[in-house]
Amino acid sequence: MTNLSETLGRWGGVNLLPLALAAVAFVLIGAPSSWVTLTVAGLSMGMMVFLMASGLSLVFGLMDVLNFGHSAFISFGAFVAATVLAALSTWLDGGWMLASAALALALLAAIAFGLAAGLFFETVIIRPVYRDHLRQILITMGALIVSEQIILAVWGGTPVSVPRPAFLEGAWIVGDVSMEIYRLFAVALGLAVFAGLMVLLNRTRIGLLIRAGVENREMVEALGFKINRLFIGVFMLGSALAALGGAMWAGYETLITPALGGEMMIVVFIVVIIGGLGSIDGTLLGAIIVGLTANYIGYLAPKLALASNMILMMAILMWRPSGLRPAVK
Amino acid sequence: MKPTYGTITVKTAMLVIAALLLFAPFLFQDIRALEVAARICIFIVLVASYDLLIGYTGIVSFAHTMFFGFGAYGSAIALKQMGPGWDAVALGTLVGVALSLVVATAIGLISLRVKAIFFAMITLAAASVVLVLASQLSQITGGEDGITYRAPDLFKPATKLAVDEDGKVLRWFGVALNGKLAAYYFVFATSLVMFLVMLRITVSPLGTVLKAIRENEARAEAIGYRVVAYRTFVFCLSAAIASLAGSVYAVWLKYTGPDTALSFAIMIDILLMVVIGGMGTMWGAVIGAVLMVMAQYYLRDLMGAASEATAAIPLLPELLAPDRWLFWLGIIFILLVYFFPKGIAGTLMARGRRA
Repeated sequence: MTNLSETLGRWGGVNLLPLALAAVAFVLIGAPSSWVTLTVAGLSMGMMVFLMASGLSLVFGLMDVLNFGHSAFISFGAFVAATVLAALSTWLDGGWMLASAALALALLAAIAFGLAAGLFFETVIIRPVYRDHLRQILITMGALIVSEQIILAVWGGTPVSVPRPAFLEGAWIVGDVSMEIYRLFAVALGLAVFAGLMVLLNRTRIGLLIRAGVENREMVEALGFKINRLFIGVFMLGSALAALGGAMWAGYETLITPALGGEMMIVVFIVVIIGGLGSIDGTLLGAIIVGLTANYIGYLAPKLALASNMILMMAILMWRPSGLRPAVK
Repeated sequence: MKPTYGTITVKTAMLVIAALLLFAPFLFQDIRALEVAARICIFIVLVASYDLLIGYTGIVSFAHTMFFGFGAYGSAIALKQMGPGWDAVALGTLVGVALSLVVATAIGLISLRVKAIFFAMITLAAASVVLVLASQLSQITGGEDGITYRAPDLFKPATKLAVDEDGKVLRWFGVALNGKLAAYYFVFATSLVMFLVMLRITVSPLGTVLKAIRENEARAEAIGYRVVAYRTFVFCLSAAIASLAGSVYAVWLKYTGPDTALSFAIMIDILLMVVIGGMGTMWGAVIGAVLMVMAQYYLRDLMGAASEATAAIPLLPELLAPDRWLFWLGIIFILLVYFFPKGIAGTLMARGRRA
């Protein structure tokens, strides 16, 4: 038994879960072309959820702050990007270059908004309640209520449609397998962000401090580093990622309502719980598992799809109470 | 502990509120006021039961409306399927409470294995799954539209509780003694009983243990109290009471849907009421529920007027629109958490007492 688990560990341990999931689904689904479509859909959903969840996980790991207002950044990102795209709608029809410029501007606007909102949020809302979980939860809930109302006041309660650049429309067909281009784009962007985060965390001095801070905050402070400034930076980064995830999700759904943030929040919570709070690779793993499960179950047993995330979370918590890959504490 | 001015103020306010609720049908003789009074009664119980968790034991749960919904839907479905009758009410209530207890135990047992802060997230996820299920299983729950049904015959407006010589409904101080009155006093009496039970629990040795857990979990464990067992017990208790309150509300409203029994908006209401009134005191629940329900019914009209008055200024009328009243409440909520973490009742009662 120990031999078996050692062998599994050498092969990647819990990282094999998505592969196992995909293999089981391949057998159950039977048709390779639908399996590929579902897998791509699951991966792209997972990547977008990863963008939204990574910030929450990092902030918790480093600052021990559970931010219930995180979904506000997701909603704001979606609406800001939708507004920019709508304003630049003439660009979207004006050829490949102009359309990608519009898309880049929309994503950058969402990121910029996330950075600014994160700075404001950290200093005004969260700073006074460090080290007090109950008041953190309450005050971030209050902030969430206010943000949702601001979204309703600015954009109204009716669904907003999100235009997409023409080159991201349609599907890419290989043989009898069709893959939506937007989903492939989401996967690519998610992988790029993950790689960027990994480089930032593992190859730079700031990343070293962040990782050290997650593991032992007092020690980093005692060594004379200003961890407060690091907090602000990580918080802004986390909110910017959430806003980017929201913007991507807006393009994926193409019709967004102010309820979007709240709906995604549940998925985001489940992902960070499954992955283990505080670790980036755990969040990616959790997001991919959740994305794949949601799509496979949605195809195989639509009735079960609603509860599938919940069941998945319970099963994993029973097996590993602090998530699949928790940050070392 | 000697009574302070603050405590006396709060207790006096309690007596006034209790008296107003007791004589509500006679004091405010319009339908809307009676709706408000009944809603206040129910929410006092609901908020007090939530306060047992968040205020007394320090457990943050977002699943309280789920239990409220179990009770409400239990009664509603039973009344719809079996027709109006007390057997349906009893069965629906029992099923609701049983379901609440099972789910609460399950969540409690899972939470034993995870960090405390996960609990808030897990309850939020569980509550949202139940909300989605309620809107999807529309053949049973009526989906988004909810269910309308008839309450037991005693509560029909046409029912005559007492008649004069001519066979007409007897009137006391201008109030007809009809089924509507009976329904209100049913709500009032059941709420009062549930509230008094909770009040008794908080002053019992059990309540003291709960406070000890809130203040210092490790120390309570070290003294020899099984913290986990107490937490699970109080979670089940508060779930059962929320479920009962839901059943009573369903009988009163004769309609049950996601907006009245299960939605996240109600959870936010409860949270606001607890924080505004004051966590960790049953009186806070009363004050919070009274203020919030009154605001919900009457403040919106006021805001509509303010919105029209500021129509010339950009964005301000949008923020003052009656639908945006949660915006202001959210801001008040944040300020309260900062500056008055004890809420109205807690702050008042601390006044005049030496720290």
